[in-house]
Amino acid sequence: MSATDELPGTAEREQPGPIRHKGPGPSESGWLDPRGRGHGGRALALHRVTGLVIVFYLYLHLGVLSMLLVGSSAWSSFLSVVTAKSFLAFEVVLIAAVLFHGLNGIRVAFVGSGIAVSRERALFWAGTVIGTAAVIFAALHVLGALS
Amino acid sequence: MSEEKLPPGGPAVTQTGHEDTRRFRVYRYKRGDGGERFDEFEVPVGPHTTVLDALRWIKQHEDPSLALRFSCLHASCGTCGMQVDGHEELACVCSVQDHGEQITVEPLANLPVLTDLVVEMDGFFRRFPHEHPIIRSSGCPSEGEDGEAHLEGGHEVTLDLPSLVPLHHHPLHHHHRAATPAVDFVRLEDCIECGLCLSACPVAATSHDYVGPAALAAAERLLEEPRGVEREDVLAWANRPEGVWRCHVGLECTRACPADAIPAERIMALRRELMFGDSDDEEGKR
Repeated sequence: MSATDELPGTAEREQPGPIRHKGPGPSESGWLDPRGRGHGGRALALHRVTGLVIVFYLYLHLGVLSMLLVGSSAWSSFLSVVTAKSFLAFEVVLIAAVLFHGLNGIRVAFVGSGIAVSRERALFWAGTVIGTAAVIFAALHVLGALS
Repeated sequence: MSEEKLPPGGPAVTQTGHEDTRRFRVYRYKRGDGGERFDEFEVPVGPHTTVLDALRWIKQHEDPSLALRFSCLHASCGTCGMQVDGHEELACVCSVQDHGEQITVEPLANLPVLTDLVVEMDGFFRRFPHEHPIIRSSGCPSEGEDGEAHLEGGHEVTLDLPSLVPLHHHPLHHHHRAATPAVDFVRLEDCIECGLCLSACPVAATSHDYVGPAALAAAERLLEEPRGVEREDVLAWANRPEGVWRCHVGLECTRACPADAIPAERIMALRRELMFGDSDDEEGKR
């Protein structure tokens, strides 16, 4: 049978099928969707997200510091904005992101090197408790409740 | 309801006298047939109906074109792996009673769909190291006339270890998996090659080069029972960017594994062996 005489659908059957991924959106989001995940998968997703947040903040921080080149008046007016209570809430979010990323990083380093595999869940919950307490303390401190 | 439409797994009537049903959203895909979609089916269920029972009921009574793969019906062959409400499950032992009124069924993730709920497993098996054919648990050795074990394909091995290792001697013994009344054991041959771990792995979702949990667990299992294979070769195969070091410790593979083959723990044991050269360290002796 020649190529022109082939049965309908023959070419389509040769095509590879789709690859399903967890969650909607492009395949790259497969790690991001927390549905159907355990604490390990969710921690991995949050670790990546907080990592991106920290990288974004690093460049934002460098950009903000460059305002010093403009002059003291520009810097002072900027400080009046970022020291407002509403803006300081973002700082608490940043602290939470840094704490989660750091504490989870310690857990991943221990477990990933095969040192504390059997204590992985205990490490996760220990980090959660320590991180939560630290965020609460930081929030009270940053927002001025302790001063 | 006509008699021939009675569900498997017991009567489809609850104690209150109402018919018990579930709405199944089933992923559909046929090559050259207009892309992916979900079809919905109302399925009568009983107290012991499994997802596979329900899918077979759909195929028998509602849509004969629904394609699914199954064989043993008791979680031994690993062919009916699929996602049920986003969780990797063996459909033959997944009770519908553990799910809600609507149950979404999809094929395994991270593998190409052949049709409907059937995925192309070639990509899963190709991840196992071809230079160590014995690493596949389905490559069972048989004893020859010379008293030595042989693998299909002429790969000769000598069996000098039992396939069961006393639990307290095994580096992964803290995972209490198989027990006898007298002594606890870790089975080394638990993987049923169902592909659920690869589907659940968030790293495999974004890296097609990643060897994957099943193959790495099989490599670690080979270190426990080398059967003539050089340990250094196995370690060299695992010690590469797309090998043990690609794992990001999501631990979803162990969570998804229906056979308790603990692939994540085995990957970490491989790393420990590579880093410290001693898989029998204090972690294993606890």
